[in-house]
Amino acid sequence: MKKRKTSLADKIFVVFNTLFMIAFVVITLYPVLNTLAISFNDGIDAVRGGIYLWPRKFTLKNYITVLSKENMMRGAYITVMRTIIGTVLSLVANALLAFVVSRKRFIFKSQLSLFWVITMYVNGGLIPVFMLYKNLHLTGTFWVYVVPGAVSAFNMLVLRTYMQGLPDSLEESAQLDGAGYWTIFSRIISPLCKPVYATVALFVAVGQWNSWFDAMLYNRMKTEYTTLQYELMKLLSSVMQQSGSAANASAAGANSAAVTPITVRSAATIATMLPIICLYPFLQRYFVTGLTIGGVKE
Amino acid sequence: MEQGVVKVKKDKKITWKEVKRQKFLLVVSFFMVVYGIIFYYWPLTGWLMAFQNYKPKDGLLGSKFVGLAKFKFLFEDVTFLRVIRNTFCMGVLNLVTCTFMAILFAILLNEIRSTKAKKTVQTISYLPHFLSWIIVTGILHDALSSSGIINELLMKFGFIDTSIDFFAHKEYFWPIVAFANVWKETGWNAIIYLAAITSIDPCLYEAASIDGAGRWAKIKYITLPGIKPTIMILLLMNVGNVLNAGFEVQYLLGNGLIKSVSDTIDIYVLTWGISQNDFSLGTAAGIFKSVVSIALILIANSVAKRMGEERLF
Repeated sequence: MKKRKTSLADKIFVVFNTLFMIAFVVITLYPVLNTLAISFNDGIDAVRGGIYLWPRKFTLKNYITVLSKENMMRGAYITVMRTIIGTVLSLVANALLAFVVSRKRFIFKSQLSLFWVITMYVNGGLIPVFMLYKNLHLTGTFWVYVVPGAVSAFNMLVLRTYMQGLPDSLEESAQLDGAGYWTIFSRIISPLCKPVYATVALFVAVGQWNSWFDAMLYNRMKTEYTTLQYELMKLLSSVMQQSGSAANASAAGANSAAVTPITVRSAATIATMLPIICLYPFLQRYFVTGLTIGGVKE
Repeated sequence: MEQGVVKVKKDKKITWKEVKRQKFLLVVSFFMVVYGIIFYYWPLTGWLMAFQNYKPKDGLLGSKFVGLAKFKFLFEDVTFLRVIRNTFCMGVLNLVTCTFMAILFAILLNEIRSTKAKKTVQTISYLPHFLSWIIVTGILHDALSSSGIINELLMKFGFIDTSIDFFAHKEYFWPIVAFANVWKETGWNAIIYLAAITSIDPCLYEAASIDGAGRWAKIKYITLPGIKPTIMILLLMNVGNVLNAGFEVQYLLGNGLIKSVSDTIDIYVLTWGISQNDFSLGTAAGIFKSVVSIALILIANSVAKRMGEERLF
């Protein structure tokens, strides 16, 4: 393609656009890189401030401190478990439901769809839900993280849209060969749905990894089941409270008495975000397609 | 769906044989309905609490019925009216700034010629979406603290003489929340707009170039109208969520000094319901939120219908 002579306005545009993108990247990355630099810096030295993108007094002590914190390690274990179990459970349940409602000849397909779509718009709210979990004896257990959210209408709709796009002839020819619906689901539809399964698994896994509110609400008294993010919050809020934050007082509990050095907090922050940061660039393809399917129409 | 090669026989009578054949589907449906009733529909019976003076020892059936007294209390409570204002204002502010930034980012990113630069910027732009609010608010708190980078920059360039404690002044809180949302979600929200831009027919741009249109003209007359349906549908979907946008950030960043602007409906529910143990009042506030959200969706939908735009349902 031959380059056309660019006008002055277009040149200004390109300059402005480049500047915008540079600013965008700096604002996005700087806070993370700064935290990274501080996490490798000596604790007492960091109080002086002035650390930007590179540690001044390099040390690994902060990470050793974080890794030797018993509550962080326990939280990490619970978080890993809930991410794995929650993702598998949710994927299987949503895929089955989506499979059922995407069968064109299923007698209750529209009723079942509607039944689930309604749940997207109407919900009981915090307190009735809290009481339900209490009555079901889910509070104070690990299962409160993975059972209640296992089926979600949004993920089901993403999967359904994808499955509806597959040709009907697949199902019909399998049926002619005598395959039942379970076989069609496990042998024919599921292998074709790998990309969209990956998308939904990613959505669920990120949600599980990052959630903290359920740990605070349902398992505050059960320290053996608190999650990594919740432990991180306790660590971080020990400092926030110093600057007058009372809102987190109840949540922070006993830990708030001792102020954790900023370097240790940074190390904990980096350690918590690391798994996701390492993984997400490779999964880009999946969430881009998934989001496009899900967003277009329910 | 539009293959249409294999026609499915329509209006087929439901025969016993067909039901038997669909046994697997029916069994799965049964479990899904049971699950749905327990976890999504059963909590709705808890709405009864809002019309009672609920006491855990009396249970849902034995508690005293008080009619609309709890709602009356709510609407006479200055704090509640304030949290409605906070939730609504922050929700709208977030929606407007996030939508604007996502569209701006998507359009500008699309104008970058180098594929490599485009890919890199986009990958970086997703990063904050994957971080939890705990991490984001933690980072933000450090950046805005009196010795943080923002104060340092402001002082260096002479805008201020002494550092500002951003979390002690009410007027900064809403913009901080909006910024936090923009920082976290711009790249993510832009995905869908970028997809919409990609689906615009490239011939339109070529024709415009031949007619001598510059980049601005092309954005204004081709890109923007091209993604307008997407913008409309996303706005519609999010209008119903305006009142849902107020919990995590406000809870994590709020503090006693700025409670009057930072507390939202959800925090109010949490305070009354869980900490003060007034389940009835907390539920009533929750119901108010749900009803307003549904009303907003319906209104947005009918407005869209009248304007001849895309609709949700």
